[in-house]
Amino acid sequence: MPSDPENIASRRHALKCLAYGGAGTLFTLAGGVLTPVNLAFAAGKSSGKDGGGIPLFVQISDTHIGFSKDANPDVAGTLKTTIELVNAMPDRPAMIIHTGDITHLSKPAEFDTAAQLLSALRVTELHTTPGEHDVADATASEYFNRYGKPSGNRGYYSFDHHGVHFVGLINVLDFKPNSLAALGQEQLAWLEADLKGRAASTPVVVFAHMPMWSIYEPWGWGTADAGQAMGYLRRFGSVTVINGHIHQIVQKVEGNITFHTARSTAYPQPVAGTAPGPGPLKVPADELPKMLGVSSVSLRRHPASLALSDQTLA
Amino acid sequence: MMRQPFMRTLMLILLTTQACTATADGPVAQVAGPSVRAASIAISGFAFAPRALTIPAGTTVTWRNLDEEPHTVRGGDELVRSGALDQGETFSVRFDKPGTYRYGCSIHPQMSGTITVQ
Repeated sequence: MPSDPENIASRRHALKCLAYGGAGTLFTLAGGVLTPVNLAFAAGKSSGKDGGGIPLFVQISDTHIGFSKDANPDVAGTLKTTIELVNAMPDRPAMIIHTGDITHLSKPAEFDTAAQLLSALRVTELHTTPGEHDVADATASEYFNRYGKPSGNRGYYSFDHHGVHFVGLINVLDFKPNSLAALGQEQLAWLEADLKGRAASTPVVVFAHMPMWSIYEPWGWGTADAGQAMGYLRRFGSVTVINGHIHQIVQKVEGNITFHTARSTAYPQPVAGTAPGPGPLKVPADELPKMLGVSSVSLRRHPASLALSDQTLA
Repeated sequence: MMRQPFMRTLMLILLTTQACTATADGPVAQVAGPSVRAASIAISGFAFAPRALTIPAGTTVTWRNLDEEPHTVRGGDELVRSGALDQGETFSVRFDKPGTYRYGCSIHPQMSGTITVQ
């Protein structure tokens, strides 16, 4: 689904790269504005030279290792194709952000397979936030045993990279039945303190698994208390909020805040409200790679901004 | 929609039986076996069916996931806390204490159910 009419040419270019299989979204920060760039497009162009900015990170999401049903019996294969695509990018960023649902059922063997596959990424940093499928074991310990260190097992943390402030949030724990995802007061208080005193000119990237705005409440596609978080972020000149979970691209811009959901590398899901529920969507085999992908973000300076693009595996 | 046939198949089974076990040595009838109460709840179409269930204390409730998508069964305490249930998998809890137990699915916040133990 086109995320931006201006990107039609890029998407056409991306279609030429069908052989790559699935891909992610690449983000570049341009003068403080984060912009998504179609990955196949990014792979074919040197974004640093054409004003596209410094490649900042690639977002990979919803790899669902362990899933084996009809919608994609080979999720390991499509993740491998995704990794090959990222590794082949001429302006490959040093960092990957995985926005959750690394595994399908939180099983140790699934985490092990995912780690083994992701180790083929030629990047120096891998950041993660869990999806609800990663913390579905009764003790929610498998994810944190492997990826809990940066956040002290809290699930939320921040760091700086290329002058951009990154905030990883967790919105997949302890939500109330019959509601939406939630961040919780403890995390919100931490976020407020974390952002306090930072210059409004600092570009901010927020990553979480479930959507940070209400896309479709009957399917739980939203975070009940995300509005409070946006209240703390609104004063910044460039805020990019990325997530996964819904396995398709949906974008929204609200003032200086850009919201963007990424494709999955495993299987698509129906457009909101078009099916009885948000389960795996089975599509013809030749259509599948066109519905899987990654997002990329690059950084532009003067003023600092981020550019975001999406790329499919085919 | 899709839920109707499921509802019919997955109606609450509430039964009281005298336990009777069979071993390799042959059937053994338990003359004074404990009474076993069981109820079942289907997870189908991103919903618990029945969504509200009333049972006598001592009943074991079994949830079975019929969806392709995994689900969990999570209440407010440690008693009701399953791992991820893939399609066809079950989770059982015996409810001994009267009260109302509200639960949901930790993967899908839009789902909810209630068990009332009398």
